[in-house]
Amino acid sequence: MASWQWFHRLGSPRWFYEKTGGWLPWLTAVALVLLVLGTVWGLAFSPEDFKQGNSYRIIYIHVPAAFLALAGYYIMAVCGAVGLIWRMKLAFMVMKSAAPIGAGLTFVSLVTGAIWGKPTWGTWWAWDARITSMLILFFLYLGIMALQSAFQNREAADKASAILALVGTVNIPIIYKSVDWWYTLHQPATLKLTSAPTIHASMLYPLLTMVVAFYVFYAVVLLLYTRHEILRRESRTGWVRELIAKEGGL
Amino acid sequence: MTAETSSRAMTGTFGATLRRDLLLAARHPGDWINPLVFFLIAISLIPLGVGPESKVLAVLAPGVLWVMALLATLLSLDGLFRSDFEDGALEQCLVSPSLLYFTVLAKVVAHWLVTGLPLTLLSPVLGLMLSLPGGYGTLCLSLLIGTATMSLVGAVGAALTVSLQRGGLLLSLIVMPLYVPILIFGASAVNDAAQGVEVGVPLAILGAFLALALALAPMAASAALRVCVDSD
Repeated sequence: MASWQWFHRLGSPRWFYEKTGGWLPWLTAVALVLLVLGTVWGLAFSPEDFKQGNSYRIIYIHVPAAFLALAGYYIMAVCGAVGLIWRMKLAFMVMKSAAPIGAGLTFVSLVTGAIWGKPTWGTWWAWDARITSMLILFFLYLGIMALQSAFQNREAADKASAILALVGTVNIPIIYKSVDWWYTLHQPATLKLTSAPTIHASMLYPLLTMVVAFYVFYAVVLLLYTRHEILRRESRTGWVRELIAKEGGL
Repeated sequence: MTAETSSRAMTGTFGATLRRDLLLAARHPGDWINPLVFFLIAISLIPLGVGPESKVLAVLAPGVLWVMALLATLLSLDGLFRSDFEDGALEQCLVSPSLLYFTVLAKVVAHWLVTGLPLTLLSPVLGLMLSLPGGYGTLCLSLLIGTATMSLVGAVGAALTVSLQRGGLLLSLIVMPLYVPILIFGASAVNDAAQGVEVGVPLAILGAFLALALALAPMAASAALRVCVDSD
């Protein structure tokens, strides 16, 4: 089964650490270039919205953060499933690293949404369907982080939070649909989002650039967190000791 | 083992566990009375907080009754597996040849019979105290289905936190977000009924949640028990 060899190799934290060490500078460079390009393009060169004025420009942060907050949950849950099924240590390390990043991005999207809401809707907080769903996603992340940190035994912590992440995965579509239904039922008509359903190309391209930039940025942060987790967990193994001796640290 | 004997073994496990847990609950009445007292006291605090005006209370009643029933269920969940874990009975269940699914299901059914069912029966009285204008039947029916679903989903959280010393608060943290859909449809069914609107849709969806939880939650709880009991 030669085609599966990469998969088994991926399970080795050492192989992962050494491989990603080479990718990291490139990914960081790409993320920085895209972030600067998207930010400058979006904030300075894309046209003003005729209804919302300049305040709409926060979507260049808000929308990519919200995308990744949700995608991050699924990345975390898939890693948890891989760890449970193939007993892959590395998958649990990625899963543990993905939780705080996802929670951070969810928080960013909530805060930027509130800042956007003040000039647009005239209020910092509204129980809008998407805001409420995001808030509950934030709670799900917090629960996983709390469960992970509550266990003394690392293996139990990994497996328990993986099970919780999978239970959450089943629940997320149900929660989203329920909150949608709940929102349409109560119909607070005064707080309608005013932007048109279609977005002009001059605004869309910088937004897409930012979405890609956030994905690359997410990958960089996830790699950094995971590499840190690998070093912490493998600190007693030979290769980490050699690495420390070579780098001259500690 | 033939199909017949194995199915008899399953119902045997289910029945024996159910009988044992009900007997234990009968001998420790505090376990099932305390959530009811919590429900009663918490509901009584609402008028003290928002004022005794029956118009205001009538608007709040469906949501408040549902939120408080949810909290009362949460509080009672911590003990679902804890005492069995501490005296070693849970390990015996894990090593026994019968399916863990049925053991977990029996424990959940017993838990629902001693908490969810009494909460449901108490709710019309508390609805009267909050001057709920109507829909008492819907209140009971929605709580009957909803508390069963909450016991099932909560069992996953109880299993995940069973080996932790101070798992109670953590259990609430991880389970509460999962209760959101149940709360939304349960409270809105009561709201609709109080206003005299047709309630078939939210009740049917609550029933669908129960069916889904019945199939999946005991499996997730079994997996969680295997992880948490084996490792400690």
